[in-house]
This record gives sequence, C-alpha cells and structure tokens, in this order.
Amino acid sequence: MDIDRPTDLAGALEALRQAPDATLLAGGTDLMVEINFGLKRPDHVIALRRIGDLQELNGTIGSGVTWARLEQGPFRALAQAARTVGSPQIRAAGTIGGNVATASPAGDGLPYLVALDAEIDLRSATGSRRLRWDEFFTGPKMTAIEPGELIHSIILPDELPARQEFGKVGVRNAMVISAVMACVLRFDDGRTRVAVGSAGPTTLRMSRAEEMISAETDPSEAALAEFQRLVSEEVRPITDHRSTESYRRHAAGVIARRLLERCLA
Amino acid sequence: MDIRFRLNGEDRAVDAGTSQSLLSLLRDGLGLPGSKNACEQGECGSCTVVMDGRAVCSCLVLAADTDGADITTVEGFGEEDALHPVQEALLEGGGVQCGFCTPGFVVAAAHLFESNPTPETDEIREALSGNICRCTGYGGILRSLEKLAGR
Amino acid sequence: MTTTTGTRVRGGIGESVKRPDGVPKVTGNFAYASDLTAEGMLWGATLRSPYARARLVRLDIAPALAIPGVQAVLTQEDVPGRKTFGQITQDQPVFVDGEARFWGEPVAVVAADDPETARLAVAAIDIEWEELEPLVDMEEALEQGELFRHAPVHRGDPAATGAVVVEGYYEVGMQDQAPLGTEAGLAIPDGEGGVDLWVTSQWTHEDHSQIYRSLDLAADQVRQHPTGIGGAFGAREDMSLHIHVCLLALRTGHPVKMVYNRLESFPGHVHRHPARMWYRHEADADGTLVKVEAKIILDGGAYMDTTPAVVANAVYFTAGPYRVDSVHAEGYGVRTNNPPTGAMRGFGVVQVCFAHEAQMDRLATALDMDPLELRKHNALRTGDPLATTGQIIETSLPTVEVIDQLAAIPLPPPLNSDDPRRLPGGTGRTTTPEYVTRGVGYAVSIKNIAFSEAFDDFAEARVVLSPTGVEVYTAAVEVGQGMVTVLQQIVRTALGVEQVVVVPADTSEIGSAGSTSASRQTQMTGGAALEAALEVRKLALERGAGDDLTSEGVWLAGELIMTLDELCADGPISYHTRFRHPPTEEPDENGQGVLHADYAVAAHRAVVDVDAELGLVRVVQVDTAQDIGLALNPLSVRGQIEGGILQGVGLAIMEELVVEKGVILNASFTDYLLPTFLDAPDVEMVLIEEPSPWGPFGAKGIGEPPTISSTPAVVAAIRNATGLALNRVPVRPQDITGT
Repeated sequence: MDIDRPTDLAGALEALRQAPDATLLAGGTDLMVEINFGLKRPDHVIALRRIGDLQELNGTIGSGVTWARLEQGPFRALAQAARTVGSPQIRAAGTIGGNVATASPAGDGLPYLVALDAEIDLRSATGSRRLRWDEFFTGPKMTAIEPGELIHSIILPDELPARQEFGKVGVRNAMVISAVMACVLRFDDGRTRVAVGSAGPTTLRMSRAEEMISAETDPSEAALAEFQRLVSEEVRPITDHRSTESYRRHAAGVIARRLLERCLA
Repeated sequence: MDIRFRLNGEDRAVDAGTSQSLLSLLRDGLGLPGSKNACEQGECGSCTVVMDGRAVCSCLVLAADTDGADITTVEGFGEEDALHPVQEALLEGGGVQCGFCTPGFVVAAAHLFESNPTPETDEIREALSGNICRCTGYGGILRSLEKLAGR
Repeated sequence: MTTTTGTRVRGGIGESVKRPDGVPKVTGNFAYASDLTAEGMLWGATLRSPYARARLVRLDIAPALAIPGVQAVLTQEDVPGRKTFGQITQDQPVFVDGEARFWGEPVAVVAADDPETARLAVAAIDIEWEELEPLVDMEEALEQGELFRHAPVHRGDPAATGAVVVEGYYEVGMQDQAPLGTEAGLAIPDGEGGVDLWVTSQWTHEDHSQIYRSLDLAADQVRQHPTGIGGAFGAREDMSLHIHVCLLALRTGHPVKMVYNRLESFPGHVHRHPARMWYRHEADADGTLVKVEAKIILDGGAYMDTTPAVVANAVYFTAGPYRVDSVHAEGYGVRTNNPPTGAMRGFGVVQVCFAHEAQMDRLATALDMDPLELRKHNALRTGDPLATTGQIIETSLPTVEVIDQLAAIPLPPPLNSDDPRRLPGGTGRTTTPEYVTRGVGYAVSIKNIAFSEAFDDFAEARVVLSPTGVEVYTAAVEVGQGMVTVLQQIVRTALGVEQVVVVPADTSEIGSAGSTSASRQTQMTGGAALEAALEVRKLALERGAGDDLTSEGVWLAGELIMTLDELCADGPISYHTRFRHPPTEEPDENGQGVLHADYAVAAHRAVVDVDAELGLVRVVQVDTAQDIGLALNPLSVRGQIEGGILQGVGLAIMEELVVEKGVILNASFTDYLLPTFLDAPDVEMVLIEEPSPWGPFGAKGIGEPPTISSTPAVVAAIRNATGLALNRVPVRPQDITGT
C-alpha cells in the first residue's frame, strides 16, 4: 500500500492526478471498518486530514470539518445532527465530507444538506465542478464523484432559515444508527423543507408534504396531521435488522411533524 | 512503511504495516496492549487514545496516516505507583470489574476532565457514551467521576 | 467448624476492599488472553460455514498451504483423538464433519506467520457447499422430535381449579452476553508432545477434560491456565477455539495465538436461549395461587452445550418465588440450526421469570389486587416446598422482605427536564416532555445457586501460610466479578493474617474449582478457601502453641510468642481442601426431589418514561432489594447488582440477535445494541442479609438475580405507561406503536 499525506490542496490534487483511483482517507470512521474486517485492501491511499483548505468553516463547509466542530454550530440543525453521529470519538475524527462521500441513506449529516439544496464542490487537478445534492447522490452509497476528484466543500445557499430542526429516531439514547431521521426547515414566509433519512434508498425530500405545509401560514392541528400523513406516505423505507418498513413509515411522519411543531413554536 | 510520531511523550520511528490500524500497530507492533480491541468499528471505545489533542478510536486510525502525530495511550496516563486522578477515582469508586473497557474509559475520561474539570452528571454520561462497559452498569464509573468532579 | 477466626485483621469481610487486579487494569497492564505473546508465535484464523445448514461437498486446503508464511491448515480429519466435544454430551465436531449445522461453524483453522497471512490463507481454502434447508422454528423442531431434553414437572392435583384464570403466551429473543473481550487463546507446545493453554474460559478443568481427549494426550500433557478475561456472563462456559489453537501449536511446534474478531465472536459462543412459553395461572378469589400450568420451549441451537441444565432451570422456576400446591409444566430444549445457545447469566430463569411475573400482574389486574400484595400473599418462605419440585426450602428466603424493602425505596421525582439526555430517544432529540408518560413496574424472582440435579459440584483450594504471608491457590476464573477480592477477604478474616494473595493455579497444580457461573464461586471456592484457611489457622496455633494468629505471628494470652518467620521455620503451613455443597438428587419422573443446593430471591422496581407515539423508552431508575446472605464486599456487591440490572434492561428494550434462516443479521456492535452510559438507569438498592446455611460467613451468590427480575420489571413499567400487553422481549418500538 502506498500513502500520500499531502499538506495542501494542490498536493492532494496532484497526488490524485497521478493516482486517480486512489482511496481517499479523511476521518477514517467508515473506511477503517472495511479495512479492519478485510473488506477493502486499498493499494493507494491519499490522506486528507493535513489539508487546511478542507478544514474551513465559514459559510461553506470544508469537507474535512469534523462532527465535533459542527456540533458547536453555526448551523443549528446540522449541529443537532452532528451530536448524534456515532460516539464522541467518532465525532472527533469523522468528517462531513466522509459522510457525503459514503452517501449512506443513514448518513446523519445528509438530511440537513438535502433539505437546504446544498451543492457539493468537487475539485480535481484539471478543474472543479459543483453538483447539487440530487445530481451528486446517484443511489444508495453511490455518488457522481469521478476518479481524480475529491470533495472540497459543501456549499449552502445564502439564505438560511432561522427555524431548523433535526431529529433522529433510534433504539438507543446515544451512539445509534437511525431507524429513521428527519430535518425540517421553515422560512419566515412559510416555505418548508423536509428531508428524511434511513427511509429510502437515499436521503429523500418530501415534496408533497413540503408543498402542502408551505401553503399554510399558521398550520392547524389538522394541517399538522395531514403533513404527518403525507410524510409517512412519501417515504420509501424497507424492513431490515434495524427496523421495519411500517414502523419507519410511521416514525418518519411523527418525527417530521414534531420537528415542524418545534419550528412553529 | 516508516512513520515517525510522538508516542507517550517519546519520539518514535516505527514500521506501520499495510492496511494496519493504529490499534493493531500499538498492540501487535509496539508491545502496548493497554488499548483494547473489542469491536474494530468505533462502537465501544475500548481502544480510545488521544491523538493531536482529540480522543479517538485507534481502531479507526490508519497507522500509516499517523506520521507526525502526537499520541497518548493509556500507558501514557499514569504509572502503577503514580496513578492519574481518573485511574485513582475508578479504583476507589468501583469503576473497574473485568477491566477490558477500563483503559478506554481512563483515556476518554482524562480527556474530558482536561477540558472540563467539573463536568455535570449528564455531561459525564454524554462524553462517555461512546465507551461501552458490560460489567458495571456504569454506576461505579459515574460515582467515581462525579466525585472527581467534586460532586 | 470449631476453630475461631481472626478478628483484628484489616481488609477482611464486610469491607469495600479494593481489587488486587485494579491497578494493572486501570493502567492497561493487566494481561488478558488476547494480550499474551510468546517467542516465535504464529497466528491462527478460522474458516467458517457461511450457511446455517449445508453439506460440505469439497474442501481443498492446498491453495492455502501454498501461501508463503502459512505453517498449517487443519480440518476435522486432523483431530487425533475424540472428534467431538461438549460439556454434557460430546455431540459437536471439532470442525464441520460433512455437514455444517449452524452459521459460523468452524470448518478449518490456519496457522501463519502473521494475522494478515492467516486471514488470506483462510480465504484461499477451496470449498464448495450444498446449501440445505435449515430447521429454524423451535415449535417445528419439537414436532419433529429434535429434543435435547424434555423436563416435566408434575406436583399436586392437575384438576385443581381457581376462581380466576389468566392465560398468556410469552416470547424471549436471543440475547448475547457480549463480553467486551472476544474469544482468545495462546497455546504453547512444551517440546515433549504436550501443550500449555491460556484461554478465555469460565471453567478451567471442564475445558481441559475435553481438550486432552480430542488431542489424544494424557491429562497431564495438557495444562490449562486460568487467564485474564474481558467478561464472560456465560459465554465462556462452553469452548470456542480451545482445541483448535492447541492442535495448531502441536502441529507446528510453535506457540499459536488466536483471537476472534467481533463478527466471529457472535457465532463463536453460545447465547441466551430464545423461548416461547404458554402459561395458565389459576387462583382463588383472595389471590391464593391454586395451580400453574406451563409449556416452555427453549431453542437449543445445533448442539447440546448446556441446554439440558438450562431447560431444567426454566421448568423448576416456572412458578417463581410463590407457594402453589399444583404445578404442571413441560420444559423442552430443542435442536435447530439457529446460533448456538447455552449459559447466560440467569440460565433459564430469565425466560420464565419474564413470563411468570407478567402472569402475576395479569392476575392482580383480574383480581383487582395490588400486584405487590398478591405477590406477598403467595410469597415462598423458608420451610415451604418449592412449588415445582416439592423440595423443602431450608435456606433463608426473605421473599416478603425483599418486596417490602423494595417498596419502601422512595420513587424518583417526576420528569422535570427537557434536556434530551433525560428523555426517551436521548440525543436524537425525538421528543419533548408532553409526549412522555411515566410507568412503574415490579417483578420478583428466585434463582438456584450452584449446580443442581445430583451434579458432583465441588471446588478445590489450597491455602499456604509462609513468612511472607498467605497464598490461596485456585483454578477458579476471575471474570471481573471480584472473586479474587472476596477470596482475599475471606482468608484474611478466617486466618487473621492480612497479607493474602490469590494465585491462579493451572490444571496440573490443583483440582477443579468448578465453573465461574451459577452465582456459585463466592459460596464454592469461597467455601473452600474458608475451610482451608480455618485449618491452616488451627495448624498454626497447634504448631505455635498459641491462642491467636495475626499478621505478626502467633499470640498467647495477649503476648506475641512467635513471628511468622519462626512459625514457618520448618516450612510453610498448607492445607488443601475440596469443598462440596449439600448434596442434591436426580429428579424423579415428575421432576420431584431435592434438586437444588441453595436459593436467593430478589425484587426489582423499574421506573420508565415512554414516548408511546414513537415507541421509545428511557429507563429512569431500577431499584432492587436483594437477598445476598452477607455483603462480603459492599462495593463489589453494588457493582454486580448494577451491572446485572443493566443487562436485564438491555434484554427488556434493545438487546436481541436478529436471526433469519439461522444467520445473525446484526453480528456487530453497530447493530447489536448494548446500553450506553445514556441508557443506564439510576439504581437504589437494599441488601437483605439473612445468612445462607452453608455460604462462607452466610454469604450467598449474587451475580444472577439482578439480571433476572429487572427485565420483567422494566416491561411491567412499560405496560403501566402504555396499557399494552407486551408479551415479548426485547420490547421494540413497533411493539409499542403497533405499527
């Protein structure tokens, strides 16, 4: 196994130019599990944790920013999500860039990014491109990253809603993979964004529920109930060893409704 | 592959194996078995070390990526005749049974107390929620650390 | 026992003495099996069946042997002696013998120069399987007659009837012990054809007796050493890699080390038996139990392991700690292709306690009686016959006291926080206090201590007094519970000498101490150590012609007349003993007889906060009153009780191996959820000290009761909060939401 340990972005991109299929290592919290259990034996690793350019957190989020930093803000619902990622040790090492690259439907950082229509800034030795989340995530654990590219940062829209809530349903009170999770954003004009994780092949936007509730300036109990119903209808969960299809459907609606209630409070 | 790092206050040049975790390097390569291997996926905290000021699971650190790092393992937190206050507290308070989780708790708790010498009960619980103990039910550990926090 | 014990010694019984292994454990210097190394050591790895049931069509080890650095590859045909092993019946092949019968069953082992090469070699073995239909339903297994044991109990009038009848069906899922230390061993060939083994074990001599037979060696050619172990909880009572690692060491002539990873560990040891239970209770209008009927099926997995003894425990404690004149129960342990099952803390009683306590609550509801009053009204006491076996209870049995003392513990204040760490769902911020309902539930249990049903249950210990102090030799395994501390304390108090060390002795140095299980070591090895220490004291006083012994030496009429140096000038004073508990009998055809050596009772009260809309639970507090005989070490007692309770909480709400067609779907710590610090309830406890007739200084074993009635108490509390019936554990979110 070869390893490059670049200390700046240019060095990383040059290493990637020479070895476009190299395995990128950031916090290691996903990759090392595969290595430890013999599922992956990378020939060439490019370690990214020394690159200051990927650590920036000012408006955009550098891909190397750890959960431990995001837990401190400034993005309210993302901080709430960050607090639920694995253990404190995982949060000290794991990065949002890793979460995006792994593209798991259970990625805790993704509902916030998806709800905000975030863009992923990809860099390579030959250029850069920005993909919206729905262009970037192409399937369960699949992304549009090309060989030779790395995730530089995540770009959020200029206008961030003041009201934003994240909630994660799991059987344990800490360190748990979600049965289902949601992020709800509400702008002052009533526009509402809802993203749900672990309830489909990728993180999903609840477009019908969004449309319905965005039109309600002061939602009634009945409107909240309808919102919950629409979310439960719109998710596409499966039954696996962590939960059941029907519980996930139910819980997605409940957690989304509660988060909306908090946004409205 | 040759790497250089600082380990328990000492500069070291070592050979990190291919695809080897820091945990495996410590235990099998460097004769430091204090960090324990219980899950190899960051879900138990038994292998916690402090690396560049952060408490991390050494099983999830690629050994080859530790070049230049400053690492403290449980072996660096106290000697048998000069225990760290966290070690002393756990001994006194019934925080140790089989002891397999103990090194990870020592490192994680020492790291917590370094940044926050008087954590609240819920802060202790949350800060150590990545360290699984199967024996004590956490009661002895909590009382030990509450006492250390002056509660 | 006529000899008096010492009285002035520091660190004797009743003190919260610190663990002698505590300093090495907090500094990381304590040597667990997985930490051991030896010069020239090779690494072993295991090839396992990917199917729950499959025929081995072809197995070619040549590609693995061809890899540089591979020193040996062994399969069933390389087992020189007995080809099978097992504690009660040797029905499990050392390696798959033609047909794999559970997922993860070992097929071959490899020894190589390093772990990576060993793993690559395992992957290189050329193997072909024909997958067969596994038998995975325990009722189907019973119908097919796939039985490890049928244990009936028939006592009293089967036609007895009561005014009130409650019936229920209950299920218990498969719980894993999940000791943090995985299976590990180091075998070192002695150069003369024999081998020394350090391995994760709870029962040194039992393993040894199986190992040397499979190796085709004489007993003294194999020496098994008690070894540092990262928890056990029953998972180390049956063997794992023991024979494999010895075979590799003997074949290669090198020390060989094996350590299972967590994925291997899950199928690599026995688990708690999943259970299905049908119950019918009949009672008079005043609440007096008239009859209990039950049918209990336990899934025993592919091989017998300890299933017959687990079935026995389940059926003998069918009715719980209550007087009932008529009990008719059938217990079955069946053979399937599910993951192996055997010993886990509580050993069969956990399952039935979940059912009988649910029944007692339903009965209380049907009678419109307070659930604790109903239990007290029927409480079993010293002098009563055990409802199932008819054995007269001779030990202390403070059933009423544990209930009364438990009820007297103040309840925690109502929920008064919106901090997510204090709410169901925890840091996931799933809920706010308006969605939370509090519930309170109770449960009471009885458990036998030590081995039952005529098992020749003994423990050996040797106590040696020399000028430097006292050594206690034992092959008993310290698994974390604190036996090493308690043995020190017992011997200090008995002898009057403070300087005591416990020395782990291998199978060639001393006879068996029995298993570290069944809550037995405090009473058994503790009993042996006490007996030997009292004899040493007597011998010392005889030799020194004094009337008291202390750390300084022998005293007469208040004067020190001889130092320990002088006392031992002609050699140390040593006494070796084999301690046995009162004998028990085989059951008759109706399960009647003197089957048990001792009993202990416990009561638990759980307070839970439930978010019923999401089906999430936070266990706020679990309180207990436990019958412990005597607190030899109050700090250790507390630790055992709190730890046991959390395992019971785990079974109640989160711990379950999800098995589909015999395959474990969640064989990792990511998905087999163990309670974290934020899931642990506060615990208040009252220790009831009524002496056991034969425990050292009256002490009783304390390890298992905390795990037994905590589970039903938590579920009763969830029922109280939700009004749901909840007939299975763990209670999953969808069981509460009904979705």
